[in-house]
Amino acid sequence: MKFGQPSTLPRWAQLTVLPALNLMAALLVTALVTWLIGENPLECLEILVKGAVGYGEGIGYTLFYTTSFVFTGLAVATAFHAGMFNIGAEGQAYLGGLGVTLVVLAFDTVLPAPLMVTLAILASMLFGAAWAFIPGWLQARRGSHIVVTTMMFNFIASSLMLYLIGHLLIEPGSQNPTTREFGASSWVSSMQAIAASVGLDIPATPLNASFILAIVASVLFYIVVWHTRWGFQLRTVGVNDKAARYAGINVTLVILLAMCVSGALSGLAAVNELLGSTHRMNVAFTNGIGFVGVAVALMGRNHPVGIFLSALLFGALTQGGLDLSFEKPVITREMIIFIQGLIILFCGALENLFEPFIAPLFKRRK
Amino acid sequence: MDQLISVLDSTIRVATPLVLASLAGLFSERSGVVDISLEGKMLAAAFASAAAAYMTQNPWIGLCAGMMAAVMLAMLHAFVSVTYNGNQLISGMAVNTIASGITPVLGLAWFQQGGNSPQLPDAGRFHEITLPFAEQLADVPVIGALYSRLLSGHSILVYLTILIIPVVTWFIYKSRFGLRLRAVGENPHAADTAGISVARIRYIALFWNGMLCGMAGTFLSVYQTGAFIKEMTAGKGFLALAALIFGKWRPVQAVIGCLLFAFADAIQIRLEGVAVPGIGIIPSQFIAVIPYVLTVLLLAGFVGRAIAPKSIGIPFVKSR
Repeated sequence: MKFGQPSTLPRWAQLTVLPALNLMAALLVTALVTWLIGENPLECLEILVKGAVGYGEGIGYTLFYTTSFVFTGLAVATAFHAGMFNIGAEGQAYLGGLGVTLVVLAFDTVLPAPLMVTLAILASMLFGAAWAFIPGWLQARRGSHIVVTTMMFNFIASSLMLYLIGHLLIEPGSQNPTTREFGASSWVSSMQAIAASVGLDIPATPLNASFILAIVASVLFYIVVWHTRWGFQLRTVGVNDKAARYAGINVTLVILLAMCVSGALSGLAAVNELLGSTHRMNVAFTNGIGFVGVAVALMGRNHPVGIFLSALLFGALTQGGLDLSFEKPVITREMIIFIQGLIILFCGALENLFEPFIAPLFKRRK
Repeated sequence: MDQLISVLDSTIRVATPLVLASLAGLFSERSGVVDISLEGKMLAAAFASAAAAYMTQNPWIGLCAGMMAAVMLAMLHAFVSVTYNGNQLISGMAVNTIASGITPVLGLAWFQQGGNSPQLPDAGRFHEITLPFAEQLADVPVIGALYSRLLSGHSILVYLTILIIPVVTWFIYKSRFGLRLRAVGENPHAADTAGISVARIRYIALFWNGMLCGMAGTFLSVYQTGAFIKEMTAGKGFLALAALIFGKWRPVQAVIGCLLFAFADAIQIRLEGVAVPGIGIIPSQFIAVIPYVLTVLLLAGFVGRAIAPKSIGIPFVKSR
């Protein structure tokens, strides 16, 4: 049996059957562990699903988490298309948050709402892009490996932010390492308010207009990657950078731009978290969304539809998992991290594991 | 003098797990398998060793359990990287994420203490040991301070580590296996032509990688803190990887890197809130960030040039 060879399945099967089998494998291992720690996996699954999509607030929270994961998933996927593994989305989102915080703290009393929010979104993208630009430049120009540099940049970002929040941006007189609350002009309007304006009544959740932004970003991602000249260059560099250079593509520029786009998308996750929900900067706001982005991109096979669906899955896991941990104190947030690890393993590292087993099924049909 | 000895003393303490993990990474990366999963293996080992040591009241059984846990994850990484020819970076990240998820889940289910393990009883821990003549020599100037206060009074794991450094160096550079290991890491096709099984060498390398990571993790939980704490590795695996790159994938230089990073850490704790003459208070984050910045600068070739083993990260597919 040969593993790790390029897939010979039809494309539709590669995009549907294999990810489904991988996901099943990951969930099966999770069920096994759940059973080992003395809980009924089916009962847990039921609570989880009910918590994620069973009632209005649950759905709201699920979609709120989904929004951040879509942004970081698209970010990781952009770099993947250029052949780079950007595990720095966490740090880039953190820095995006810094951009948001700086412009909001400076201007939230003087600028009107639409202008303020636009400025904050641009700042988040700019800061995220800048933080991703440095590893991109180091990769393209100095040949240092993007994985190691982005990993180091996560740590550097974390120290930098701890220092900035703890010493400079902290609310005067506060004991907690958070900034003051942002002025209302900077808040991204909540989905509840938007629904109310068209006469719909939905429960109050952190779900906000960033969700619409995430959908727009996904559509743009599709158009840019598959239907523009730059997208073609991006994918060519990703498949074979030597051939790309020979064909006259400026590989350095493509890598730099890809990393900047990746960082900007990560930065947008901060808009959802800070301007949509917490309305103030705190030290732990990223909470692993950048790493979930890696799992989302791998599971979604770097395609916006796949990314959206897997972000939805992770959003549901996060929200349902919270509900589950209330009912079953033995199952905590870490269970979700475990599932995330299994999904990275099965959908990422072992993506074609089941290929040899199902390939004969497809051959016979011909 | 007193200050210096105490800084160096904690340098040794902090450096030990870094050195072990760094040498673990050396085995793997010199054989051509990228390993960003040192962190995850250490964490899994820290948990397994604490759990086993707590149940059996025996630190040595804890050490074995820790090594077993780390070797299991290393074998998973080996399966993905060597047998399956999968992406080694993604596999490493999967191992890290799995370890940071599964340890608190099992910890909570077994010990009901929020994912941590209970404090280990005295019998279940490694203890400081006093080297022979340490007490008699304590009053001798210079030697007394160095021997009795700096060298003596560490855990057996520290002394084992000091022994392991020359053994690994010899193993990599002078033994037959070491030559094959380096050959496989530089040019697997040539090694394959010479009749060396690339897969076998890489599996063996990852086995030793797991053993050393297991020891590093055990050091943290069964000796240093005396309990498993959620996410207790806190980036030490990545720091060890940084030290390995800092040492340009050579054992002695990597150990020096670890000592340097550990020294920075020891100083950082002492500088907390203390004003340095002429500079003022240095925020602890500035010192914490030094190893990572150094690694980035080194990789970029601004401070020397770190050249990785040639075939690192590339799955070996036998040519025919």
